[in-house]
Amino acid sequence: MPRPMTITEKILAAHAGLEEVVPGQLVECALDLVLANDVTAPIAIREFAKVGVERVWDPTKVALVPDHYTPNKDIKSAEQAKIMRDFVRAHGITHYYEIGCMGVEHALLPEQGVVGAGDVIIGADSHTCTYGALGAFATGVGSTDAAVGMATGQAWFKVPESLKFVIDGDLRPGVGAKDVILHIIGMIGVDGALYQAMEFTGSTIAALGMSGRMTICNMAIEAGGKSGIIAVDDVTREYMTGRTERPWTEYHSDPDAVYAHVYEIDAAEIVPTVAFPHLPSNTRPVSEARDVRIDQVVIGSCTNGRYEDMAEAATVIKGHRVHPDVRMIVIPATQQVYRDMMHTGLTDIFLDAGAAVSTPTCGPCLGGHMGILAAGERAVATTNRNFVGRMGDPTSEVYLTGPAVAAASAVLGHIGLPEDLG
Amino acid sequence: MQFSGTAHRYGRDIDTDVIIPARYLNTSDPAELAAHCLEDLDAAFVGKVSAGDILVAEENFGCGSSREHAPIAIKHAGVSVVIAKSFARIFYRNAINTGLPIMEAPEAVDGIGDGDEVTVDAETGLITNVTTGQSWQAQPFPPFVRDIIEGGGLVEAARAKVGGGAG
Repeated sequence: MPRPMTITEKILAAHAGLEEVVPGQLVECALDLVLANDVTAPIAIREFAKVGVERVWDPTKVALVPDHYTPNKDIKSAEQAKIMRDFVRAHGITHYYEIGCMGVEHALLPEQGVVGAGDVIIGADSHTCTYGALGAFATGVGSTDAAVGMATGQAWFKVPESLKFVIDGDLRPGVGAKDVILHIIGMIGVDGALYQAMEFTGSTIAALGMSGRMTICNMAIEAGGKSGIIAVDDVTREYMTGRTERPWTEYHSDPDAVYAHVYEIDAAEIVPTVAFPHLPSNTRPVSEARDVRIDQVVIGSCTNGRYEDMAEAATVIKGHRVHPDVRMIVIPATQQVYRDMMHTGLTDIFLDAGAAVSTPTCGPCLGGHMGILAAGERAVATTNRNFVGRMGDPTSEVYLTGPAVAAASAVLGHIGLPEDLG
Repeated sequence: MQFSGTAHRYGRDIDTDVIIPARYLNTSDPAELAAHCLEDLDAAFVGKVSAGDILVAEENFGCGSSREHAPIAIKHAGVSVVIAKSFARIFYRNAINTGLPIMEAPEAVDGIGDGDEVTVDAETGLITNVTTGQSWQAQPFPPFVRDIIEGGGLVEAARAKVGGGAG
């Protein structure tokens, strides 16, 4: 019998061809998918050319998504996207998503069934950890690691220690997955999970749909985590059935697996939360932030750009108008979300409220385009980072919240709760 | 590997957005990236850094995005080695892979002030503050990391592995 292992240790052991692994061990794993985007792929492609292989290891296991500066904002970004497009054509990469079928990568790839339970995935984007929501080991790397992954189908890892977050009980009304993860990051800090895997479990997690689970795993990196992961259950199976293109494998942590630390969190203690500038760990209750006046609201991103996020925001803003001092920008994360919003009337709700609704893009989340802030301006955003200059001028400020608070704040002109709308 | 230069000292949680703001990520040209290195944290940095200088910071250096543009910008701005109390993991990996030497040395960080002259011996892990005369023994690079850094990055190692020839 191998030693008791966590879900993360089991996935890494299986992909390294080992019966068991221990934290700290260096292992070389077979990869199920390598991902890059229009910012990171050009460097990966440059490095790939130096490796000395003719072809990528498997053109069906490389995903390239032009989402950061697309539709291209200027000549330079168009050149970067073209480097990627030319590479896709030369190598017959099957998982490439051109404008018109593109989406924000971490919302798009699960939706399109490109990632599944039990996978080992590296992505040249830090929010690759999102796919842990499907029971996969997925971690962000740089372009060079991605290049070597594309060439060899392998990557080395130090087996991480695991942290276990047991969240139990019913969330209070108006509290969602974003509040859960902001609460956790506020509790442990932006390096509270440095080099470690964050495993989320408990009845609160079990009650969340896939969208909320992806929001939570997405922000594991904001606590310094190597990965976030949630074990497969019926919710995951229902999501993957008929969607995930490869057979998947379910792994579960052994009851006596060893964790570096176990955090037990009572869901009833979590309140609507906002992360103040300039760190995601700088959290406060929304109820104590009402004096912060704002200039812009962004709803979207790989963190909160899925249909469920849009529906949450639309429910709040329906019948209201965006405050005259506020620009509200709504960015569905994929074409499917965009289409569904049109068909179910969400787009009209946002347009009637006076919001702009955009084609999918990472855009303002990283200060790329589509909503850059001027000096001193403040934005409430459902995105994932609020570092200095993240959305524009270095003196601008980003406040991170969930979709309901963002929508309410757009109407109020300051940070506030849906119940403040009256 | 020996490094020596002036220390430029910063605080904790220095994120990749301030190391190289996203507004410059529409290029991957090292010289262009280097010209904006640390711009949103210290606009004067690029003007005062000299080849061989040493970046010193507290905990969680390089947190945030996976952009390899960050270690590339630091390296091409002339920085020879980054000494921090701890590094964010993607940055740590990216620095090694792109051949930017980094060292985790909490005590040394506490003993180095902005503008101090510092030498680093990567073979032995000895860090010396020439200005104050203090020195600290840090963990030297393990051989495989030294090989990657001296060889110019991870790609060279992979190239050897796949037996690749053409440049």
